[in-house]
Amino acid sequence: MQRDSMTYDVVIVGAGPSGLAASIRLMQLAQEHQRELSVCVLEKGSEVGAHILSGAVMEPRALNELIPGWKAQGAPLHTPVQHDQFLFLTSQSSYRLPTPPQMHNDGNYVVSLGNFCRWLAQQAEALGVEIYPGFAAAEVLYDEAGTVTGVATGDMGVGRDGQPTTNYQPGMELHARYTLFAEGCRGSLTKTLFQRFGLREGADPQAYGIGIKELWEIEPEKHQPGLVVHTIGWPLDRHTYGGSFLYHLENRQVAVGFVIGLDYQNPYLSPFEEFQRFKTHPAIRPAFEGGRRIAYGARTLSEGGLQSIPKLTFPGGLLIGDTAGFLNVSKIKGIHTAMKSGMVAAESVFDALGAAEPVLEVNAYPGQLKQSWLWDELSQVRNIRPSFRWGLFGGILYSALDTYLLRGRAPWTLHHHEDHKALKPARAYTPIEYPKPDGKISFDKLSSVFISNTNHEENQPCHLTLRDPDVPVTVNLAEYAGPEQRYCPAGVYEFVEEGGPSRLQINAQNCVHCKTCDIKDPAQNIDWIVPEGGGGPNYPNM
Amino acid sequence: MKILVTVKRVADYNVKVYPKADGSDVEIANVKMSMNPFDEIAVEEAVRLKESGNATEIIAASIGVSQCQEVLRTALAMGADRAILVETGAAPEPLAVAKLLKALVEREQPDLVILGKQAIDGDCNQTGQMLAALLGWGQGAFASKLTLGEQETEVTREIDGGLETLILKLPAVVTADLRLNEPRYVKLPNIIKAKKKLLTTLSPGDLDTVLAAQLTTLKVAEPPKREAGIKVADAAELVAKLRNDVKVI
Ligand SMILES: Cc1cc2nc3c(=O)[nH]c(=O)nc-3n(C[C@H](O)[C@H](O)[C@H](O)COP(=O)(O)OP(=O)(O)OC[C@H]3O[C@@H](n4cnc5c(N)ncnc54)[C@H](O)[C@@H]3O)c2cc1C
Ligand code: SF4
Repeated sequence: MQRDSMTYDVVIVGAGPSGLAASIRLMQLAQEHQRELSVCVLEKGSEVGAHILSGAVMEPRALNELIPGWKAQGAPLHTPVQHDQFLFLTSQSSYRLPTPPQMHNDGNYVVSLGNFCRWLAQQAEALGVEIYPGFAAAEVLYDEAGTVTGVATGDMGVGRDGQPTTNYQPGMELHARYTLFAEGCRGSLTKTLFQRFGLREGADPQAYGIGIKELWEIEPEKHQPGLVVHTIGWPLDRHTYGGSFLYHLENRQVAVGFVIGLDYQNPYLSPFEEFQRFKTHPAIRPAFEGGRRIAYGARTLSEGGLQSIPKLTFPGGLLIGDTAGFLNVSKIKGIHTAMKSGMVAAESVFDALGAAEPVLEVNAYPGQLKQSWLWDELSQVRNIRPSFRWGLFGGILYSALDTYLLRGRAPWTLHHHEDHKALKPARAYTPIEYPKPDGKISFDKLSSVFISNTNHEENQPCHLTLRDPDVPVTVNLAEYAGPEQRYCPAGVYEFVEEGGPSRLQINAQNCVHCKTCDIKDPAQNIDWIVPEGGGGPNYPNM
Repeated sequence: MKILVTVKRVADYNVKVYPKADGSDVEIANVKMSMNPFDEIAVEEAVRLKESGNATEIIAASIGVSQCQEVLRTALAMGADRAILVETGAAPEPLAVAKLLKALVEREQPDLVILGKQAIDGDCNQTGQMLAALLGWGQGAFASKLTLGEQETEVTREIDGGLETLILKLPAVVTADLRLNEPRYVKLPNIIKAKKKLLTTLSPGDLDTVLAAQLTTLKVAEPPKREAGIKVADAAELVAKLRNDVKVI
């Protein structure tokens, strides 16, 4: 069936901070130069913010540049950071550590990134940007010369068997002179672009972390708006990179989460259970007693930093935000850098659109980025994350040295390895016994996924595709004791026996789009592709 | 033939809502809001009637806060021709909605009004019936099938233990049940076209209607958690438990 098509100057895939900031900057430039410009943003979530999950302590630097009057325009940055605490946990005790300088948060705000994106989307629409939530970009479009000419949205109403149902609605082609990919960490279309244009050649592999988060409403006496706590140490062993965050927002809300580097080695490790266990620590538990958990979700983050940034341009398109990997991992902050990369890309694209000679590939963008504060910031901290390969103490020691003595100007650069290769066969380990959830402070996976409000139309092809259907049993289960049962924070993967031999059951409707399986599967056998638009979590206030 | 369909903005059916800490209401701040699913079925039915040549104009109406414009735009994207928002404060009560709809009906003179059988937030299941009574029109609630003639409409209703088929003289009020149809996916170009369709905003005053609250919410609370069950060894123990502990036999 023939697909409908529409044409824009710029199409942006993803309404996160990078995509929205880019759209706003483009429209601002068009207004300044009194030029007509059409910009369209596609978002796979049912609304802007539905798939956004972050901490978040936000550094307002990029926002100050983009919308200097944000306060008067009602941006939801309500809670300035008041206190920073950095704790080292052992199983029973906690020790205050000096807060590393990157973790100082003077002038920053505790926010819900989802709500901030909802606000940014309103600003963008007021400037004339067209935003379409509920439509996932499923396919990159190319012309004969191999130039990216836009994207197509997925077909709707395709049955589980791949055949059209009575409600079938073909996808739609969105053509653009430039397409900006702003899919966030581990973008599914970006992954195909890496392949097609060899964008990762010469860059380190991307390093990732999985972040699992809950939102709580706690007792008023325990609530301290603007309190920011980070912990390292227990319950993780010293070979696993990770830690927790605990941010007090407004309205008695606390965001609590746990981030674990996906280069962890022990296949029995369950990021979800580590997080649940963390909350039961004597220094942490009291804050949550008497409170109630109101939301749950998970998302990966790109932790590789500068050395993992791929080539950012190709004919007809650019990469911005976390899909390229601009997060500053020593601060665990990627909002301001995602926005900045989008703004710089917008400026380069706007120049290219107005150029006398047609510009196929916007080569000016990486050059402009290198001139910006974003590059300086990432280059200073580039060695911190990889130094944690020497274990927790090695990493802390190196980071202190790098930060205080070398001030980020070390004449060397440490490198990353592929996360999925870090996983070791199960025979080297004994299963980890995690405590049973108490249903008050710690919970099981199913009751957690329930409050991510995730859902997918059941009658559709599975969006977690396997390259080889036998690998889950012959490799993952046999060698690694089925790690997907543990690393998936939504209980999507289950090995079931039902009297016969084991087989993998994929409960795709539970997926929260974190992308961990696409990253960590030891055989790289899983490709996460977009499900029908609008499917996935419905996060409020995350 | 003119059809009026009503649409309400409610918390999306995927969202697990929870009561506010003070128990005054459910928390809907920053929650995904959507068109009430039964209203989607009502709109779909109206659009199909138009596509099959049985109707000429579809007016979508919503009553509530200004953000209800979003669900009206969705109705327009599905195929309604124009939309009316009667802007009120937060959630008006079923009787108030029915009175405002009656005033709208008098203004627009539709031949058929299709509503969802109930909204999934309050689950009142009252508005359609009240509207029919206020207008003195025939009503076909819980419709699972609808055929439109010149002077009358045939409605199959889902009732306890079976189906009931009615013939209603037009004009009439019908409320949509789950099995009436399966709403379509909205197409992107139609969303864009819907932005240009006419959406009129009225106040209750414009309709000469005064809203008076009839109900007071005392408390909103979560349902009590289910206690874990127990296992009994045999029928005798079960009977003993039912008799002595639960005291139901
Ligand atoms: C647990 C956790 C805690 C964090 N804490 C902080 C913090 O405290 N401070 C901070 O500054 N940063 C923090 N970050 C990082 C920050 O959230 C990210 O760097 C930032 O969100 C990246 O923005 P982005 O626009 O690149 O991508 P995202 O925010 O991921 O947005 C991408 C958007 O694109 C959509 N999308 C993706 N693919 C498609 C497609 N094919 N079609 C249509 N739509 C698509 C997604 O649904 C999503 O809405 C944290 C991240 C995590 C996971
Ligand atoms: S299936 Fe994959 S993307 Fe979905 S929640 Fe599980 S790990 Fe995340």
